[in-house]
Amino acid sequence: MSNQGKVDCGRRRLVVATAAVGGAGAVGALVPFVSSLLPSERAKAAGAPVEVDISKLEVGQMVTVEWRGKPVWIINRTKEMLETLPKLADAVADPKSEKNQQPAYAQNETRSIKPEVLVVVGICTHLGCSPSNKFKKGADEGMGSDWLGGFLCPCHGSTFDFAGRVFKAKPAPTNLEVPPHVYLSDTRILIGEDKKGA
Amino acid sequence: MAGGTFEKYKSDGSLAGNVLEWFDARFPATSMWKGHLSEYYAPKNFNFWYFFGSLALLVLVIQIVTGIFLVMHYKPDAALNANGVPVAFASVEYIMRDVPGGWIIRYMHSTGASAFFIVVYLHMFRGLIYGSYRKPRELTWLFGVGIFLVLMGEAFFGYLLPWGQMSYWGAQVIVNLFSAIPVVGADLSLIIRGDFVVGDATLNRFFSFHVIAFPLVLLGLVAAHILALHETGSNNPDGIDIKEKKDERGLPLDGIPFHPYYSVKDIVGVVVFLMAFSAVMFFAPEGGGYFLETPNFYPADPLKTPPHIAPVWYFTPFYSILRAMVWNFFGLDAKFWGVVAMGASVVIFAFLPWLDRSPVRSIRYRGPITKVMVTIFVICFFILGYLGTLSPSPMGEIVSQVCTVFYFGFFLGMPWWSRMDKFKPVPERVTMK
Repeated sequence: MSNQGKVDCGRRRLVVATAAVGGAGAVGALVPFVSSLLPSERAKAAGAPVEVDISKLEVGQMVTVEWRGKPVWIINRTKEMLETLPKLADAVADPKSEKNQQPAYAQNETRSIKPEVLVVVGICTHLGCSPSNKFKKGADEGMGSDWLGGFLCPCHGSTFDFAGRVFKAKPAPTNLEVPPHVYLSDTRILIGEDKKGA
Repeated sequence: MAGGTFEKYKSDGSLAGNVLEWFDARFPATSMWKGHLSEYYAPKNFNFWYFFGSLALLVLVIQIVTGIFLVMHYKPDAALNANGVPVAFASVEYIMRDVPGGWIIRYMHSTGASAFFIVVYLHMFRGLIYGSYRKPRELTWLFGVGIFLVLMGEAFFGYLLPWGQMSYWGAQVIVNLFSAIPVVGADLSLIIRGDFVVGDATLNRFFSFHVIAFPLVLLGLVAAHILALHETGSNNPDGIDIKEKKDERGLPLDGIPFHPYYSVKDIVGVVVFLMAFSAVMFFAPEGGGYFLETPNFYPADPLKTPPHIAPVWYFTPFYSILRAMVWNFFGLDAKFWGVVAMGASVVIFAFLPWLDRSPVRSIRYRGPITKVMVTIFVICFFILGYLGTLSPSPMGEIVSQVCTVFYFGFFLGMPWWSRMDKFKPVPERVTMK
């Protein structure tokens, strides 16, 4: 054998080192491109709290406001609506709201600060559709005859009660999210913050 | 076949001949022409199923040309205009009503999207029944699966652009699918959306992906698909190799030059296809609500989901498989397994070359087991597709679960059932039935 076939180890090391430096540079060049895909500073700043006046919200009515691009429902629940909640304790997946889907002050049976006023993000926890109102009892709105009223997600059929608690064996894994909110006065709610003036 | 060596063009002394000789000495013009067209020998027994490859290429050209012209008038902007309508939605209305010829260009593009999937599904079915994915054409098949994946992404990104109700909520659901992936899911969906909700950032990046990134990848994959095909030569309905029987010049006895024989044959396919395409475009551009869905004629409203949302028809078989998964396994949500099943149902096509263990390629020489399995698979694909267009129901859920089992059973059982079958002897030479 002549030494023609021999590898010049010094040169081979240089080739490997050059390729490694070049590769590291290429990976480094990815950083600005990938980071540009993240939410911009403007998008991050857009989450300002929203103030809502509920003085004109009649009993049994619901109003939808936009907070961070999502629908937030405010429902002035009737006595009948509230009475359905204890009856459904066995039918819903997380009756005591043990999963972290609400601030501590809404971790109660009605999932609210004031028992009658429910404030929830109207986005199904499955794949993000907005559920529709099915407030009437029984089969009037296409639900089963044992339906006590609540919400139906049109996308994959998850159902929620009047406290936004998800029924068992539905695709949605958790209850609807209660956003941080605070009462500025008896009829004014600030959605997106917990503390007055914070 | 391609890859052969062709002599450089020699001029006959005429001016045109001299120009061509000068050109050919500097660029592989005549060798490419010969290798891929005039001296690319394709089996002479191609049948009806062999129209769909060239038709897919035709639809690709339609989509690119119409797309170029649509971009001249479309605006990817989710902000509301003076009338309170999102700018993107209004620009599509503008194309439909005010741009001369705009309506026909847009209907060509929207009909083309559905036509693309019809043609590609038929093209894939051809490969399935004649064993075109078998050795030595595995790479052609893999590039094809890549084309299918990119096409799905392309269709998904494109569907957001009109910024209608179905655009918005369809994107919302599909992007949220990614958030079901453990650990990285939430960040991944944030990176895809570019915001905490589907919004202007999402619309703009989907526009960029739809008009630049994915078409570039698609063109590269199409080139690779065709180059790999021309390297091995085409399969045929008999699934036998025409290269094994050659004449004294070394040309396959059962091969004919692609051009002019198949280029002219394909013109017939193009004419018939364009008749059907035009019929849809002029008389039923919405395709009965399947090509353009009714809720998409309303501008996107982030506060209200339409009462019934379903993906466009070409995604519904896979969407049904997603919905069929309702059980939690290994401490992970059913939602995650739905995503896994849906992804697997698409990617599993890539494994066909290694799952099929039958001694023959074509269904013509395979026995009843293959025929029954393929029939069940196709029926399940249609049922899943149909159920995916409907609202969820308990009955539909059970049927889709059964069909999902058959769907995966077809692939995962293939190493066994493809060997168990009875086989007929394959002919020496191609047959012309």
